[in-house]
Formats: sequence, C-alpha cells, structure tokens
Amino acid sequence: MTDLLITGARLLDPAARHDAPGSLLVRDGRIAAFGAGVTGPEGIPRLDAAGLCLAPGLVDLRASLGEPGAEHRETIASAAEAAAAGGITTLCVLPDSDPALDDPALIGFIARRGEGTGSVTLLPWGAATAGCAGKEMAEYGLLREAGAIGFTDGQRAIGSARTMRLALSYAAAFGAMVAQHPEEPSLAAGGAATEGELATRLGLPGIPAAAEAIMVARDIALARLTGGHVHFAHVSTAAALDLIRAAKAEGLRVTCDTAPPYFDLNETAIGEYRSYAKLSPPLRAEADRQAVVAGLADGTVDAIASDHQPRDTDDKRLPFAQAAAGGAGLATLLSVTLARVHAGDIPLLDALALLTCRPARLIGSSAGRLAPGAPADLVLFDLERAWKIEAGTLPGKAQNTPFDGRAVEGRVVATFKAGRRVF
Amino acid sequence: MFRPVAPLPRHLLAIEGLHPTAIAALLDLAESYLLLNRSGKTRRDLLKGRTLINLFFEDSTRTRTSFELAGKRLGADVINMSVSTSSVNKGETLLDTAATLNAMNCDLLVVRHGQSGAPALLAQKVDAAVINAGDGTHEHPTQALLDALTIRRAKGRIEGLTVAICGDVAHSRVARSNLHCLTALNARVRLIGPPTLMPAEVSRLGAEVFHDMAEGLRGADVVMMLRLQRERMTGGQVPSAREFFRFYGLDAGKLALAAPDAIVMHPGPMNRGVEIDSAVADDPARSVIADQVEMGVAVRMAVLDSLSRQQQRLA
Repeated sequence: MTDLLITGARLLDPAARHDAPGSLLVRDGRIAAFGAGVTGPEGIPRLDAAGLCLAPGLVDLRASLGEPGAEHRETIASAAEAAAAGGITTLCVLPDSDPALDDPALIGFIARRGEGTGSVTLLPWGAATAGCAGKEMAEYGLLREAGAIGFTDGQRAIGSARTMRLALSYAAAFGAMVAQHPEEPSLAAGGAATEGELATRLGLPGIPAAAEAIMVARDIALARLTGGHVHFAHVSTAAALDLIRAAKAEGLRVTCDTAPPYFDLNETAIGEYRSYAKLSPPLRAEADRQAVVAGLADGTVDAIASDHQPRDTDDKRLPFAQAAAGGAGLATLLSVTLARVHAGDIPLLDALALLTCRPARLIGSSAGRLAPGAPADLVLFDLERAWKIEAGTLPGKAQNTPFDGRAVEGRVVATFKAGRRVF
Repeated sequence: MFRPVAPLPRHLLAIEGLHPTAIAALLDLAESYLLLNRSGKTRRDLLKGRTLINLFFEDSTRTRTSFELAGKRLGADVINMSVSTSSVNKGETLLDTAATLNAMNCDLLVVRHGQSGAPALLAQKVDAAVINAGDGTHEHPTQALLDALTIRRAKGRIEGLTVAICGDVAHSRVARSNLHCLTALNARVRLIGPPTLMPAEVSRLGAEVFHDMAEGLRGADVVMMLRLQRERMTGGQVPSAREFFRFYGLDAGKLALAAPDAIVMHPGPMNRGVEIDSAVADDPARSVIADQVEMGVAVRMAVLDSLSRQQQRLA
C-alpha cells in the first residue's frame, strides 16, 4: 500500500485552476487530500517538496513506441523509462506500428504491456484503416470495446476523401474521434523540408506549407458533412490554425494538438542538414511557429503531445532527404513547453492544462487532474532548474531529439504512478 | 594594393558562404594553372605523395575526368571509385565508405552524390579534405568557379555583368552555385524558366526571376543554358520537349535579344534541340562551351592545390 505525504509544494491543478502552496496526501496509491492544511498520520513517509511544483502526471496524446515491430529503436520498457523521466503517466500510443493496431487483441496487448511497466498507463489509438494503409476502415466497434481511445493512421495521412468521410461518419456511432495527419500526400510526396528559401538553398525537395491547410480544409468540410469529430495532429501552420479556429467558432467537432518542435523551433534548426531536426510535418517558417504559439495562447490548440517518434542512428545518419523523419519527445515534453511559460507566451496553468486535463478530456479520461480519490499520478518539477538537452544523454533508448544542444529551464524532479515514485 | 584574402574552409562543399576574396584568389590561381597547362608544362611536385580519390555515386565522365587530369598534373596519386547507387543501400554505405577511405589515408576526396548534403555528411566522418563535385540539387562549386573563370577571361571582368541562367533551375545545382558565385562577385543574375521549374523563393537568394525568356535575355552579357533532365518531363513539370524548346530553348532568334557580344555557356552534356540549338552551341563567335571544359581542369588544379596547402597548414 502506497502512502506518502508531499509537503510544502506549489500545488497546481489546471482543471480546477488551483495554484497555491500546500501538501498532498496519498493513501493506498490515491490522492486522499491536498491543500494548505493537509497533514498525514504519524509515521507516513514524507517528501519535502519546498520550492517545487506538484501537478497531475502528464497525459501524452500521441506517441509512437518502437514496440511492436521496431524494438531496435525503442521498446515499451525503454519508452516507459523516458516517459517517467518526462513526468508522463498516461501515454496514448499511435497505431502505425508493425503490426498496426487494427485488431482488438493488439489493443488489449498494448494496454497490458503498459500495466506491466508499473509506471505509465498506455492507452492505444486504434488504426483508422486496416494496416494503417489508408484503404478499408478498421473494426471501430470492436477496437473501441477493446479500449481504443480514437482512430488514426498515425504518421500517415488518410488521403482519400471518401475513406475519411466514411471514417468520420462511422466512428461517430461509437463516440470516437478520427485523428488526421494533416498533409495532402500528393504535395508531400518525396519532400524533406518546408518549401521556401531554406529548402531552395540546401537543395532539398520541399513540401509546401499549404499541404497542411488543404487537408485541414477538406476534413473540416467532411466533419460538417458527417457530424463526426475530426482531430488534427501536430498542427504547424498559421493557415491550418485559422481554419480550425473558424471551425470551432462555427460549432463543429474539430480539435487539434501540436508538439513542442512546432512552437519551439523553426526550419532553421535543420541548419546544415541536421537530420535530427527532420520531422513530419517538417519544421516551418518563423511566422508559422509564432502562429502556433498564438494558437496555444488563445486556446485553439487543445493539447500538446510529445509526437515521440523513436529513430536510431542508422535511420538518421543518412543524407537528409533519405534520413527518417521523426524526433524523440517524451523526456523533453514538459521542459520545452515550460520555455513558452518562461517566455511569457502562456501562463503556467494553461500550459499544464494542455499537457494534462485537456488531452484527458479529449479521450474521455479522468486522468490529468488532482482530485481526491483519483490515482496519485503526479509530477514534481522545478520550474527554474536549468539544464541542457543533449542527444546521447536522454533517458530511454531513442536519442533522436530535435532539441539537441537546447538549454531549457524547468526539469522533472520526481514522477509518481499511483503514489509510487517511478522517477 | 594589398588585398587580404579570406581563408578557404577545410572542405569545398559549397560556394555559398565563401568570401569574395577567397573566390577571386582561387580564380587567380586557376588562371596561372591555365597558362601552365597551355605551355605544356606540369607541376608534379605539388601534390606528390598525396592521394586523391574520385568517389562518384552518380555517373559523370566529364567532371571525373577533369578532376583526374587536374590531380595527375599536380602529381597526386589518383584513384577512381565508382559506386553504382542501385547496388548499394543508400547512406549506410556512405559512412562505411568513409571508414574505408580513412583506412586508405586519402588526402583529397572528390565526391559526387545524388543526395543534397551527402558530401557534408561524409566530411564529418573522413580525415580527407572533401571537394563537392555535385550533390543532388544543392551545389556544384567547381562548376561555378570554372564558369566564373570562363566569363572573366571572355569579358575581362565579372562585376557589373548581367548573367542570364536559363532552364530547369529547380533541379540544378549548377544554377545554385553559379548564383552564389556570381552575386558574390557583384554580377547581376537573372533566372529564366517556367514557374514549375523555378525553386521556391529563389529571388531571396539575390536573383531576378523571369518566366518570359525574351524579357530575361534582353541586354544580357552572358547566357548560361542548363541541361533539362528528361525525367522532368515524365514528372509532369513541363508538358513536352518541343514546348520547352519553343519557350525556353536557346536559338539564334532568342540570342539576338541579348547584348550583341553576349557569350553562350552550357555546363554539358547538352540536349541539342531541347534546351539549345546546335547553330548557337557550335557558333565559335558566341559559344564558349569548349573553353568551359579547359577552364575546368585549371580550376580543379587550383582547388586541389589550395585545399592541400590549407590541410598542411592546419595539420
């Protein structure tokens, strides 16, 4: 039985807009009470958290794990280690693995593997199409029963408008959203960087930023047509955010997330062919980065996801256009998000909401809040502690961080899963 | 007058970023090698005992031969390695190759590769000085240097000239290197081609962009044609060869719009009748295409010599 009293912390619960000093009592792995006057019985283990922030464990809306299929890049065990170091206690797993999560048995397998780690709850996304191949719909009803939180083809766009229409329409019957990788495939094919001056200088095949807005516009129209819930993953351009903002104002069931690279970096991070900064979608122009920050600040963006894509050196030590896209993001999710807080772009509670209760609400989970009786999934962090993100020194197996060399302020000190310290 | 010369980098990967004085110094040195070559003499002592490897992942007879001749005239041991891209699994071999080259104590490595940035990746891993002999659609620095030398000798200067570069700019490393080189030397560069073969935002690199060839050629001192790769037609970026030639090919009629003493250049190999008419390409009064080949050897001698000196200085 896990009992613990964390004292003297700055307690942050974004769901209740609570930000005040106090203590938090854990009994039997659950939050018993928290607040200014809270104490615990004699003999209970205590943790002095003076000067530190205590918040709900992070809910990562989208991450790929190497397992199953690419265990040389990342295993569930190594991803769990990275997640714990990043303060993530609930992680939504993308289905475009090998095999794809298009079978109820695989959904159950992922959830059980998460329980096995003891440190992170794994909530699988179901494949939107069989094999994430973009053709026939997967078995949404059965996958939903098995625990799928929603449907997506992960890093692959659902290219056919007809398939997307069917998916949105059918998923609505099971109360599930369809998440899209918003990139028009015929414009993105073969591209390695955002089309523009930099790609021209480097001689890299470009993807026009409009490839994102085109897909977003199409799918908003399909959401209007079907009444379904479309969720746009890792939104990275001003034009797409404007469309989403307008669709929300219209009352459509349209939501979106973004990932730290899109509000912390711009295309210049690829410098002289740095393949660790090769992502999908590609890093954008500075004006688009600023638009993503604005989208975080005004609430258009519903969540910040890690967008974790493990890659090994064989995937990345290639000429840029041939290198695999994708960045590791679990261990750096909180720190890079806090950079926007330190910069004065978003208040701390809003930033935490984007990492906890807001993604949880999207997937219908009660995680991501400090509530008496809820599992004590918590992250304790030092808002000011400075450190440098360096590839090769990150927890877990995947080292392909696009933030290599980035100095940040704010670091996870401890992570608790059901009251047990896992980092 | 004393002119301080900016040092060359350790590798020659791109023209972009080279200081104008470094470019001018290379051209001066190349000019002296040109005269040496014409005199029939060689300087086999300069690179004696040094190993030059030509590592070509793409076929090229012309550039490889030019580097080979340049190396031999300076006394280097020259080895040609051709790696067929179809038989290798892309970049893994690239870094495996780097390890092999290090074991061979290669001093100067000339690389051509189909991927932009491949020579830069190799340069991080090999001990040799790397010379980019063309990478993807990025740069082909020695081509730009030999073009600059050709222009300088034909026109007596580069500064203030108007150079029109015409054709498939989007897929041309030659166009990019020339743009950087000529603008660094204060020439005015115009790029002419259909919008579908023009790279995005290329005007930000200092060029003036034209889609109407007549307008772009008007008053130009130099007309540089680019090779149109046949596969661009299958990619649908231009509808047909005959339509391309009609609007963007160079014939005597279009050339008449340029300055009366304008010279015609082409990096080769030419698609006669696609981007250039034979009557223009073979006109001794206008075409300097054969001179470009001769300048190529001299420029590569200058590059090999300079990088080798730089390498010994840094050692």
